[in-house]
Amino acid sequence: MVTSRKGAGGKTAAKKKAGATNPDLVQLLTPEGDLVEHPEYSIDLTPEEYRGLYRDMVLVRRIDAEGTALQRQGELGLWAPLLGQEAAQVGSGRAQTAEDYAFPTYREHGVAWCRDVDPVNLLGMFRGVNNGGWDPNEKNFHLYTIVIGSQTLHATGYAMGMQRDGREGAVIAYFGDGASSQGDVNEAFVFASVNNAPVVFFCQNNQWAISEPNERQFRVPLYQRAAGFGFPGVRVDGNDVLACLAVTRAALEHARSGNGPMLVEAFTYRMGAHTTTDDPTRYRSADELEEWKAKDPIMRMRAFLENSKNADEAFFKEVDDEADAVAADIRARCVAMTDPQPISIFDHVYAEPHPLMDEERAEYGAYWESFEGAH
Amino acid sequence: MSESTTKTQQISLSKGINLGLRRALEDDPKVLLMGEDIGKLGGVFRVTDGLQKDFGEARVVDTPLAESGIVGTAVGLALAGYRPVVEIQFDGFVYPAFDQIVTQVAKMRARALGKVSMPIVIRIPFGGGIGAVEHHSESPEAYFAMTAGLRVVAASNPVEAYWMIQQAIASDDPVIFFEPKRRYWDKAELDPTATPYPLYASRVVRPGTDATLVAYGPMVKTCLEAAAAAADEGRSLEVIDLRTLSPLDLEPVYASVRKTGRLITVHEASVFLGMGAEIAAKVTEKCFYSLEAPVLRVGAPHTPYPPSRVEEEFLPDLDRVLDAVDRAFAF
Repeated sequence: MVTSRKGAGGKTAAKKKAGATNPDLVQLLTPEGDLVEHPEYSIDLTPEEYRGLYRDMVLVRRIDAEGTALQRQGELGLWAPLLGQEAAQVGSGRAQTAEDYAFPTYREHGVAWCRDVDPVNLLGMFRGVNNGGWDPNEKNFHLYTIVIGSQTLHATGYAMGMQRDGREGAVIAYFGDGASSQGDVNEAFVFASVNNAPVVFFCQNNQWAISEPNERQFRVPLYQRAAGFGFPGVRVDGNDVLACLAVTRAALEHARSGNGPMLVEAFTYRMGAHTTTDDPTRYRSADELEEWKAKDPIMRMRAFLENSKNADEAFFKEVDDEADAVAADIRARCVAMTDPQPISIFDHVYAEPHPLMDEERAEYGAYWESFEGAH
Repeated sequence: MSESTTKTQQISLSKGINLGLRRALEDDPKVLLMGEDIGKLGGVFRVTDGLQKDFGEARVVDTPLAESGIVGTAVGLALAGYRPVVEIQFDGFVYPAFDQIVTQVAKMRARALGKVSMPIVIRIPFGGGIGAVEHHSESPEAYFAMTAGLRVVAASNPVEAYWMIQQAIASDDPVIFFEPKRRYWDKAELDPTATPYPLYASRVVRPGTDATLVAYGPMVKTCLEAAAAAADEGRSLEVIDLRTLSPLDLEPVYASVRKTGRLITVHEASVFLGMGAEIAAKVTEKCFYSLEAPVLRVGAPHTPYPPSRVEEEFLPDLDRVLDAVDRAFAF
């Protein structure tokens, strides 16, 4: 680990050599907030862009915390927290262009934020008012997918479609370390590889598949698996937003340029529970959590902004205030979300009329209406 | 329209599907075929014979041997505006893709509140009778018919197969398209300029007055043979080809039962929880006072599909159908 040089000012301050950091892990910003060099990947942003990444991560963390709070207060049936994964999601999210298309799991609240998807849309499924709810084509952000790994095949097929049409852009498929054990993920690697599909597989290895640690999922580091499928794989420090941005940009460019798929493994940590029904104290140690807290993605970006004088106290206060406002807005709109009409369950099941739907809709409708006036 | 699709000709069921796929490929550049061995080989049953040669490898795609991958990538292609027609090589090989079909294909439209469609056709050769090894003779139709969001149809003869495959491809809903593999080589006269029967409708294929037989796919022919044999014995059997399993079109069945008073359902799948069970329940509810006998069901026992040397005993045949007819008259 390089020595911290707190107080070294200016974004033009000389970057340090990667030195003793893990050569298999792309890192551009140390946990202490210092820029370091990497032989293959680099980043050079304006002060405003650096501040933007910090702002995104703070807002996303706040949105996520609000999701957890809403669940605890009975407004959501479930929530899947992303706490700790803000850099992986914001970095990869901000690497995407408008033409790119993202296929999320059910935890990509930060990617949704970067794709300009209204956060309230994400709450509907967890509240139980819908099972998806948004138009995927509006922001090129597909519906959340709960079945582990299914979406990696959808992403690959979509990328094959883009390739056929000669469309701009690439596809990014999100999945977790646990999903890497699924057949669908490995089949997606095969289909993407043989079709040279413009898709980036972005694995957030957050160390735990509910209670199953990495050791229960694989014996070879995930990013190395790509080689066996015939495309490049890279491991990036998933708590380093700059490295996640740089690596995902490069991977998407690789895909867009006709070079085929690429696997990015963001090595990160889920600091919270798998979902709000989970109890991580049953399967992991407090020491482990403390170790990862020291690598917090937001704290290191804040340290960098402070050290490099790219942001002042007023900025941090402004972002915190904005986070409060966003959270309050989400809360108000979440609790205002009304339950769907029972009869609406028959809507949108089929594109064309379906006699059984029509018959049952009529029967159930008449039954429900029979209670009108009875009370 | 090419000459081959305007001229009346004698075709087999596999050729009927082949010609139907050809027309769909000609008519819509967004249609593409995907599957294992469907290119140069033309499929293990040669249903896609010659299509890759004429439409190219980009339209008729040989895929890796991964059924979930085939259907899962078809989902993505459908989201990107394509109309994938997927071939599952055999009924027993659809199970690796079952998850994608029932959790993703079937529900995508509802989850997106109607903002996306899944115009995917999944072709599955189904049923036994060809002396195959295990996993090559199954009748998985009820699994799919039970899943809301899917449509399930079964062709029974070459002419129906020709039209139904085109209609399935034109549908904006996902369609599971069952092909009776033991009937692939049956022949009939096709008039490609005729007006097709609607896809999601059952059809009386032989009128009769004494009892009704309902079947689909490979068993339609068996029922027609049974009806011919019964006619020799002085009984008039009406035969209905169900054609569509979801939605299930039972109006013609109700009308028939009100006329004949007796109903026998016939399928290769197990009797237990098979399509016949749903039909029996519905007919009992709608035609209770017209029934002269309980609805009887002919199908397979609740066992795995047996080794091929005993499949002729396992599969419903003319005698088993006529025996059920006799029982219906004994009430």
